[in-house]
Parts: sequence; structure tokens; C-alpha cells
Amino acid sequence: MDYVRENADALRAATKEHVELVLLSVGFGLLLSIPLAVMVRDHRRLSTLLLGVTGVIYTIPSLALFALLAPITGLTLTTAVIALTAYTLLILVRNVLAGLAGVSEEVRESARGMGLSRTGMLLRVELPLAVPAILAGVRVATVSTVALATVGVTVAHGGLGRIIFLGFRANLYHAEILTGTALCVLLAAIAEGLFLGIEWLATPWARR
Amino acid sequence: MARDALGATVSLAGQTVDWLLDGDHWSGSEGIPHRLLVHVGISAAAVGLAALVALPPALLLGHARSRWGSALVAVGNATRALPVLGVLIILASTSLGISTRSTVLALTLFAIPPLLSNAFLGVRDVDPDVVEAARGNGMSGMQVLRSVELPLALPLIAAGLRTSAVQVVATATLAAYVGGGGLGQFINEGFARGDEPETVAGGVVVALLALLVEVSLGLLQHRLEPAVETRL
Repeated sequence: MDYVRENADALRAATKEHVELVLLSVGFGLLLSIPLAVMVRDHRRLSTLLLGVTGVIYTIPSLALFALLAPITGLTLTTAVIALTAYTLLILVRNVLAGLAGVSEEVRESARGMGLSRTGMLLRVELPLAVPAILAGVRVATVSTVALATVGVTVAHGGLGRIIFLGFRANLYHAEILTGTALCVLLAAIAEGLFLGIEWLATPWARR
Repeated sequence: MARDALGATVSLAGQTVDWLLDGDHWSGSEGIPHRLLVHVGISAAAVGLAALVALPPALLLGHARSRWGSALVAVGNATRALPVLGVLIILASTSLGISTRSTVLALTLFAIPPLLSNAFLGVRDVDPDVVEAARGNGMSGMQVLRSVELPLALPLIAAGLRTSAVQVVATATLAAYVGGGGLGQFINEGFARGDEPETVAGGVVVALLALLVEVSLGLLQHRLEPAVETRL
């Protein structure tokens, strides 16, 4: 506890960086996944290919990916965000595809009957109906990214990972290691809670 | 500017290939084969240990269609939120110290959740009609589990094994960061010495190993699926 009081500033900075890493990575992940999923969804081969490629990326150990990127983009926030974003793609693409595929043919039919264009249907019917599935993906991606972001310490941008690692360097200083780890878990729990709230707000039709 | 970055990347790729082809890096206790063996050994020990710990209770709970099983699955999913690096360091800082044993133990912890939840769900979700029919044929509970539920759940159990093994191979890389052995040491040393080709070479070897494990266990999983169908 003394440790927390004395190092409040460092902890706050590390937590801020951690949140930044997670928001940027999941944000970029989402920005990439939705258009990618929309582009490939009508082509079975392309969908399989996209899921395969994101699956291969997902298999690469995080430390290895950081090692591969570090010489190119340097020990920067960019490196950490690129790697973390890459890891969110598998989960996000899979869920966007599942969400879009889950829209029933009858709903599509009536949307066409109302004279909606392809884009209109996508934006006003299909994507909104896919929101629960997409959100479920964002939730899993966020929680895993919170935990994974600590590995960013290898490229000097690991948020709370730095606190954990400093504790390791300082002759296994327990207070530091435990505080860093606990804050990570706390962040994940907060994210989880936020998402339950968002899910509730974003799908008014599911309530009652 | 972009051309410079591209040039640097290409020359780094060349240096990495040189590093990989250098005979010195293929012999001795700091060579690729030795560290690869250590890496695979640690990972296999962890997955084996996790299977011993996780499978028996998961199968029994699935057979009983117990609610406790669902609770265990939820706990397992929650471990996703644990930062691996923190847990590795915490274990290294206990009386176990920085040793192969603490590394294996930490990796075992991460290997358990996917094995546990897949085995439990696999057995629990076997078609109740099939179980009913087996019982009607006079099979005992254990016989049902062994000759009906287990074979039907095998593809899912194999999927759990695959997830868990890939995860462990990846995590073992991080273990090197806190003093464990294996392929992660190349990445560590590379970062520490500023030896970029070594870092990248380490990354490439680990990534290839992870992909190899993923693909070979994937093939195993696919082989199990038709085997079950023909047995039905």
C-alpha cells in the first residue's frame, strides 16, 4: 500500500498508457475488421482465406511478433499498437462475419421490399442487427488485449507491463509486480462491466 | 523515406537469413537445436501435466452434466484477463525461483483452461438420446463415459489440446524473458545486445514452431472427426 501511495504518479501514467494501447488497438482492429468482413462475406473462399490469415497471425507468439516488428518500426507505441491490433483481428472478423450471417433472410427480404439499397440495408439493417455479435467480439478482444498489452514492455511501451517488469528488475520487488498485475485484472474487469452496460444500451430491442 | 525503410527491412531480412545459416548458431547449448528441444520439452511437459490435472475432473463433471463444470469453465475463461507476464514473474519470485520447474508450472496453469472447458462441454453436450440408448443397452455409467461419451467428445478434446499447446508454445517464449530457457532466449539476447538479426531470427523460429504445432494438431483433430462418424 505504501508502494502505491509513493508511486501514484508512475502508476497513473502506466495505467493511462495501458488504456491508450487497448483503445487504439481494439479501435483500429474494429475499423479494419468491419470493412474486411463486409467485403468477403459473400465469397466463401475469401472468407476462409481471411479467417486463415488472421488465424496464422493469432498463432504467432506475441514476443516473436514484437521481435519481428521492432527493427522496422522501432521501440515505439506504433509497434505495440500494430502487434496488438493484429491479434484482435481473428476474434473481431469472426464475430462480424457471424453477426452478418445471423441476419435472417426474411428480414433481408422485407428490407429489400422497403426499397433499401445494398448499402442502406447494410448500414441500417444488417450492421445494427449484428451489433450483439460484434460487441461480444469486441469484449473478448478487449479483455485479451488488456492482458496482452503488458508484453509491449519489450518495445518500451507496455503500460502496466512496465510496472511489472520494473518490479522484476528491482530484485523481484513484490509490491510492484503484484500492483501491476492487479491493476491489469482490474482494468479487464472494468472493461467487462462497461461492455455489459453498452450491450444493454445498444440493443434496446433485446430488453423487456 | 519509405524507400529507406524498405531498404532497411530488406537488408535486415538478408542479415537474418545469414544469421540463420551460420553454422555456429546450430551447435552447442546456445544453438538453435538445443534451445528448440528445451522449448518443446518444457511445452510438452506443461501440456501433459495440464491434461493429467484437467481431463479426469472435466470428463466426470461432463458425464454428470454438473453445474460445477460450468462454473469451472467460467473461471477458466476469466483467466484470459490475467497478464501472463505478471503471473510468470510472480511464480519466478516465489520459493520456486527462476527454474525450469517454475516455468513448467506457470505454463501448466495457462494450459488448463482450454483443455478443461473443451472436455467438459464435449462430454456434456453429447446427444442425450445417444446416452439414453447406451444405458438402455445395459451399460454402466463408466461404460457410457468410456465407450460412448469419450469417443464422441474426442474432436472437441483434441481442439482443446490444440489451443492449449499453441498457447503454451507461445507463452514459453515469454518465459525466457524472466529467465526460463528455450527459443525466447534468442529474442531476449537480441534485444539486450541490440543484435537485430538475432531477435528477428528468434521470432521467425518461434513463429514457425507455433504454426507447425497448430497445423499438425489441426490435422490430428480432423483425423479424429471421420473416425468418430464411422464408429457410429
